[in-house]
Amino acid sequence: MSQFAINLLFVGASFALYIGIAVWARAGSTKDFYVAGGGVHPITNGMATAADWMSAASFISMAGLLASGGYANSSFLMGWTGGYVILAMLLAPYLRKFGKFTVPDFIGDRFYSNTARLVAVVCLVVASVTYVIGQMTGAGVAFSRFLEVSNTWGIWIAAFIVFLYAVFGGMKGITYTQVAQYVVLIVAYTIPAVFIALQLTGNPIPMFGMFSVHNESGMPLLAKLSEVLVELGFQDYAADVDNKLNMVLFTLSLMVGTAGLPHVIIRFFTVPRVADARWSAGWALVFIALLYLTAPAVASMARLNLLTTVYPEASGQVENYEEAMGDALLYEERPDWFRTWEETGLITFNDQNDDGRIQFYNEGNEAFASTAAERGWEGNELTVNNDILVLANPEIANLPGWVIGLIAAGGIAAALSTAAGLLLAISSAISHDLIKTTINPNITEKGEMLAARISMGGAILLATYLGLNPPGFAAQTVALAFGIAGASLFPALMMGIFSKRVNNKGAVAGMLAGLIATLLYIFTYLGWLFIPGTNMLPNTPDNWILGISPLSFGAIGAMINFAVAFAVSSATEEPPQEIQDLVESVRFPKGAGVAIDH
Amino acid sequence: MADEKSNAAAYWKANVRLITGCLIVWALVSYGFAILLRPLLSGIPIGGTDLGFWFAQQGSILTFIGLIFFYAWRMNRLDKQFGLGE
Repeated sequence: MSQFAINLLFVGASFALYIGIAVWARAGSTKDFYVAGGGVHPITNGMATAADWMSAASFISMAGLLASGGYANSSFLMGWTGGYVILAMLLAPYLRKFGKFTVPDFIGDRFYSNTARLVAVVCLVVASVTYVIGQMTGAGVAFSRFLEVSNTWGIWIAAFIVFLYAVFGGMKGITYTQVAQYVVLIVAYTIPAVFIALQLTGNPIPMFGMFSVHNESGMPLLAKLSEVLVELGFQDYAADVDNKLNMVLFTLSLMVGTAGLPHVIIRFFTVPRVADARWSAGWALVFIALLYLTAPAVASMARLNLLTTVYPEASGQVENYEEAMGDALLYEERPDWFRTWEETGLITFNDQNDDGRIQFYNEGNEAFASTAAERGWEGNELTVNNDILVLANPEIANLPGWVIGLIAAGGIAAALSTAAGLLLAISSAISHDLIKTTINPNITEKGEMLAARISMGGAILLATYLGLNPPGFAAQTVALAFGIAGASLFPALMMGIFSKRVNNKGAVAGMLAGLIATLLYIFTYLGWLFIPGTNMLPNTPDNWILGISPLSFGAIGAMINFAVAFAVSSATEEPPQEIQDLVESVRFPKGAGVAIDH
Repeated sequence: MADEKSNAAAYWKANVRLITGCLIVWALVSYGFAILLRPLLSGIPIGGTDLGFWFAQQGSILTFIGLIFFYAWRMNRLDKQFGLGE
């Protein structure tokens, strides 16, 4: 059976499974549609949350980011997991007790203000739409690589599948497909990682193998990796960062952004009890950690594997690296996976010194230039796109074809599950917070369901359009989504629970201040609305205030939000008694059953 | 009524104290051991690198999981103790 047929079989089987689940889990009421009826088991919800959360970026790109940045990129690992700690303790149980359907629901009611509700809706829609673009393009890439269809067709197929189960099943359909998608993606991620860990270290558990002895050299794997990297002018893998303030703020921004992302928060509205929301956050992190603890192992092993493929003599115990580096791989003798990925353009080779061998080193390192010249190297000859590490892993480890099919299904599952969660957050904000609460409170249950389905369909069309015509700033939009969620939504939600004093004026002023400050900082360096050339300062560390990158500013925006909200609230009147009673009541679980029927 | 109110207030105080404790550990393993205090831990080798690196890529995540389950377990006990569970 050809590889194409195998891929088709795996992806087709996974789609049949998702559609089967969708037929089984149709939504009969708005409560089904928004919160899956409120009866999802905490472990099931944890698994669905993990799939909801882990996007195409987590599945495909994160290992590449870690491999290229080493220690310095650990922020992604800590930030995208540490957010669940604050979500579990500061938001999820109380919002579950509040017992409504959406994030703007809470902000609007708690701050007794339709302006606050509207600001929350706008923040939610902008954050979720920017986030969903990446999922659609990610699904497009996975389709075009593995199923030999064009990118455009890939995106249309992805949109059609999501449409089937999200529009008919709502949160109920999405929940159970996400559970299936989690299983597909975690199996696909783990199997190649286990085999690579076995090959390199003899230890089958990647997270332990990473800290074990490298078979060929007899050295600890990370020490070997750093040694080879330094010999090629790259940075030591474990090198510390100079600007610790920026690393702290970046990690914090990712954490508060994670805790404030509406598509993650609404998953905790689906469990039966407040106590379940707490357990469920723990289970979600367990399921996320299965991938996040493996990713750094995949990163270090794949990077070492790549280097020793190019410099085979450098893989064992090396006395003299000069000789080892001289025997670089002959281009004619490159392995098969190298050829496959060359066809996609994600690996490119350019023989600068015409010696027929591949020289791969850090040509940007000025201190290393003389060494490179002595070795007769005339420039780096190999470029490898970070994103291929995970996708190419099975081929690098010589695994059978079905593992490649599994990776294809896994990458698509990661993109679809996150896209569906985001689309539900968008459609419920529109049908519930805009139409039902603000425009037409007398709408019937049936009418609201129809509105929810139509806005879901509209959101899918918009996401498809943006996936087909991605604005040239796809990479920066992640900063935007996390910045908005962290600087506007997270502080408002937290203050709504932990302070009885913050009032409507304070909350609106705080959200706007946090949001505007964050947008200004991001746009100053990345261009107004990300239009190239309109940035007012070059986006380099020397120009950043205190060396704080635009990606790290969400945490500062959140602090501004808190400060402004408290200042304005203390200068204006106290919230009315019934709001203070509302805050009191979300603080303990008793009576949650009543709160959900509304 | 007054009793109910002071009971709820005591429950909330206990919750905030528990959260504070958990968040101190949360910050210590991530911002502390993995970032700011890493140079102090550089003398402790672990599998070819240092303890700070391990906390940055493994230890902090494992601690986070432990913290959430610890918090959920303690809160369930508080719910019962104060009679404010469901």
